[in-house]
Amino acid sequence: MDRFRMIFQYFQSNSESVMNGICGLLALASVKMYTSFDFSCPCLPQYNMAYGLGIMFVPPVILFLCSLILNRQSLVMLEEWRRPQGCRKKDLAVIRYMCSSIMQRAMVAPVVWIVVTLLDGKCLICAFSGSMDPEKFVGFANVSTVQVQQLLAKVPCKDDELMRNNTSRKAVSRYLRCWSQALGWSILLILIIAAFLARWLRPCFNQATLLQARHWSNYIDIEQKIFEETCCEHSRLLAHKCILHFFESMRQEIKLHSFTLPREGEGTEGEEDFLWGITDQDQVNKFLKTWYYEKPPLDVSQKTQR
Amino acid sequence: MDKFRMIFQFFQSNQESFMNGICGIMALASTQMYSAFDFNCPCLPHYNLAYGLGILLVPPFILFLLGFVLNNNISMLAEEWRRPQGRRGKDPAVLRYMFCSMAQRAMIAPAVWVSVTLLDGKCITCAFCTSVPVETLGNASHPRLSQGEIQRVLARIPCKEIYNGQQLIANEVAIRYLRCISQALGWCFVLLMTTLAFLVRSLRPCFSQAAFLKSRYWSHYIDIERKLFDETCAEHARSFAKVCIQQFFEGMSTDLVAARRHLPRKAPADAGEAAEKLLGITDRGTMNMALKSWHRCKPALQLHPPALPTRNGWAGEGQPPMHPSVPRKETAAYYSWV
Repeated sequence: MDRFRMIFQYFQSNSESVMNGICGLLALASVKMYTSFDFSCPCLPQYNMAYGLGIMFVPPVILFLCSLILNRQSLVMLEEWRRPQGCRKKDLAVIRYMCSSIMQRAMVAPVVWIVVTLLDGKCLICAFSGSMDPEKFVGFANVSTVQVQQLLAKVPCKDDELMRNNTSRKAVSRYLRCWSQALGWSILLILIIAAFLARWLRPCFNQATLLQARHWSNYIDIEQKIFEETCCEHSRLLAHKCILHFFESMRQEIKLHSFTLPREGEGTEGEEDFLWGITDQDQVNKFLKTWYYEKPPLDVSQKTQR
Repeated sequence: MDKFRMIFQFFQSNQESFMNGICGIMALASTQMYSAFDFNCPCLPHYNLAYGLGILLVPPFILFLLGFVLNNNISMLAEEWRRPQGRRGKDPAVLRYMFCSMAQRAMIAPAVWVSVTLLDGKCITCAFCTSVPVETLGNASHPRLSQGEIQRVLARIPCKEIYNGQQLIANEVAIRYLRCISQALGWCFVLLMTTLAFLVRSLRPCFSQAAFLKSRYWSHYIDIERKLFDETCAEHARSFAKVCIQQFFEGMSTDLVAARRHLPRKAPADAGEAAEKLLGITDRGTMNMALKSWHRCKPALQLHPPALPTRNGWAGEGQPPMHPSVPRKETAAYYSWV
């Protein structure tokens, strides 16, 4: 429990940590989506390639856009980019830093999807089974051209009646899966080496500029959060004052109209304050009706206290 | 339990986070509903399309309306929209902002339902199995069946156990084809929704940031003002009820003193606080009478100024409150009984 609370607090404390958290969650979500998605290759000559490549590339675009949407910093960066200069200069280095950090985090989930797809192999088998050279495989070598396209297209479907006992189907499948997994591992290796180099070599170039950019991007983020919180606090105080003024003005009105009420002395604290001089059903009804039909103006400066 | 409470507190701390929480819960609920739903294609020519499209489109509509119903802000929007202008101007930009933010959140669960349905494929397979291109996928040269017969055979594609058209078109081929189309539609739909959401979110800072800040502030203000007003009214009602009931009991006890020459008024002062709280009602019969009176003849919703300030009566008049207060209280109490 304590551990969970600490983790939760750690992630919430820092905006960058929140983004890393979201990044990780999206990567996990991408793996989960792939495993729960029911891949079903159409096994038809023209459709295979479109389906296979579509499943490999469309969800990464969706995941990329999702990362951008869920990442609060992308909004902050856009606002900073589009704001009028005013009294505060714009620093393009800060905007570039924010952009690059957002892009890096947004690329994680799509890359995870592509790597998982390649390592699994189904997509590539579906997309490229029709492009295989039939001469290489015994079962397909002596078949007419039209027929061979149909047969190759059916390779990804194990349960198809034509493919059920076909040994060459397994050969094509294994061949394509081998290529797919090799590609997957290579991409993973290249990306990790690139990330490693980028992280290690970064301090060698422009470290001072980097520190400045990071500091100011953090500042812009925090400033916006505090502004929003202050606005909330302000609207709460304004509402409180407005309502108090409204009750007070009702009390004044009641005093004007009913002469039987005694003037309040010092001993009338407590309940009297909460009653605001509204002491019977008609007064309450009138009071509520006035609140609905004539809300007080949004102006607490000119009203006097008494 | 603690974990749950912390997550709950996090969402509650901020109104927007709370709405996002409800949004997420509804999206999960929609996925759960779909997996729990037992899809049963009728496998009859004209019913398939109606059933399939019905399952695809009717639950999202219900979820959309539910998204509005579960949103607390809908009543706030309606109130702000319908209120008379009075002394406070109405800003249509604020109303538009409130409506847009509610509509965006309400769209998520229906979009999740439609995506899950399309990616699963059963609905489209059921709805469009009669439109499968038999010439390209199957044997169009099969012994001629009438159009109606073909339709009836094709309609049974989703129901593998009763399918009898293997010679016309293989069942797996047709299902794979339809499912491929369905999944392609599903992914395109998700891509479209995500792109729209991205554009809506990213174009706003480019065009109307100042107006947006204004609308957001005032919509938040309206929400807080309503809550504070409700709290203040609740406080007032509490004080009102307290004084009303106090006056009722005082009225009762004074009545008893007048009717039965019971304990003198000074007794409570001697016996202390507890006896004072008894308000002169010290036996079962009296209590029963008080309860019956409360039920049969609740006091009028009108508090009496003499009783309001303190127990000493007319505090403002500056007179010593001793003996004169007793007969005066009697008169006041008698008045309240009317």
